[in-house]
Amino acid sequence: MQPDERYGRRWLRATSAVFLKDWHAELRTRYAINALGMFVVTTISIILFSLGGEPASPEVLAGMLWVVLFFAAMSGMSRTFVMEEERGTAMTLQLQAPASAVYFGKLLFNLVLGAGLTLLTVVLYAVLIEGFVIRSYGVFIGVVTLGSIGLAAASTIIAAIIARANTKGTLYPVLSFPILLPLLMTVINATRLASEGTSWADAGGEFQILISYIVVVVTTSYLLFEYIWKD
Amino acid sequence: MILKGALGVLLTLVIIAAFALPITPQPQSWLEFPLIPGLEEKARIIFFHVPTAWLSVMAFLTSMVFGIRYLRKRDMLDDIRSSSAAGLGLLFCILATATGAVWAKFNWGSFWNWDPRETSIFVLLLIYGAYFSLRSAIEVEEKRATLSSVYSIIAAVTVPFFVFIMPRIMTGLHPGAKGDPDGAGPVIEFKMSPNMRVVFFASLIAFTLLFVWMFTLRVRAARLESHLQAKG
Repeated sequence: MQPDERYGRRWLRATSAVFLKDWHAELRTRYAINALGMFVVTTISIILFSLGGEPASPEVLAGMLWVVLFFAAMSGMSRTFVMEEERGTAMTLQLQAPASAVYFGKLLFNLVLGAGLTLLTVVLYAVLIEGFVIRSYGVFIGVVTLGSIGLAAASTIIAAIIARANTKGTLYPVLSFPILLPLLMTVINATRLASEGTSWADAGGEFQILISYIVVVVTTSYLLFEYIWKD
Repeated sequence: MILKGALGVLLTLVIIAAFALPITPQPQSWLEFPLIPGLEEKARIIFFHVPTAWLSVMAFLTSMVFGIRYLRKRDMLDDIRSSSAAGLGLLFCILATATGAVWAKFNWGSFWNWDPRETSIFVLLLIYGAYFSLRSAIEVEEKRATLSSVYSIIAAVTVPFFVFIMPRIMTGLHPGAKGDPDGAGPVIEFKMSPNMRVVFFASLIAFTLLFVWMFTLRVRAARLESHLQAKG
């Protein structure tokens, strides 16, 4: 076996170990399943009450969907890093795994968490909110998938930053919003297009922006993570 | 001292020229600005508003470059430079937003319209705000320097996306933007007469030099402060 191939395997094993560690910790406490599920239910009921049966335009509803998703991500995705600092396990993890393995393990966990959150939110939203109609299903599924990947990618690196600061809760959305705004504006626009009915070709520009946003954010995070992670 | 004096003279000349030179429909001499339809006297804002907007972006880039240098060399002086540039950037960003909003009230009818450039300056304000709230939340100096440098780099790589996003969502209102009925293209090249251009670039240079001077002052003050803290 070549040495770099062996290194690659070790790296993959470390990444999946970090992911599985978080996964098992999550299954033990069921924090995300309980608290974040309830968060989504609460937010959607607030929207239902504030609409009060009045019809709302597709633009407003497309925007509201991403408001729910943004704040759900903001309340759930910092946990993987904040937990390490609170339990005092960050040092151990620094010794056990290379920084990039930690980053990709945590990113993977947030991607799974984000996928679950998005699925729950979209299903509840579609069932409970009357005016929310989707005409181009394919485009909508593509937008929601890429949107939740982008949300997880940007949230993960900001979570790594705020886990090291003193005020963790309030700072998270403040730091994330300017970074996420390009993504949010694109997905809101694309969701509106999908609910009005559009073709893949018309929404193509949105997909280009989303994919390049994800690539840029993940690459930058990968390059910078070591500075955040190592003391 | 001589440099400071020269900068003072240059700024004075720019300010006098920008305010005092008359705007007439048929400029006769070199000291008269041509009238631009739709802008009239309000065209004078370009001599002050554009340099502040330019500096708020330049200051952000300066801050990011010193942030990168800090990450490479771990020299606290670079962090002082980075945060000083960001502080000045916030000042110029607020100035650009305020002057722009006042002008927009008289030219477009409302203080804020979410025009693409208004949106981008708003995002820049948010980034500056987030940058300083991050800095105030960390007590350990090295950690604060590292994390704020990393944050400014991440912010700098995501901001260029607005260039592609904004045209898809709305057309611009700014003179020279795509939606401008008087023709597309940057206002600097199409509508400014040669003498306006001279004043404009003189103003841009003067304000940039003013920024450099303020920047070195701030860095010196911050260095002295940290020396005093280290002694006391």
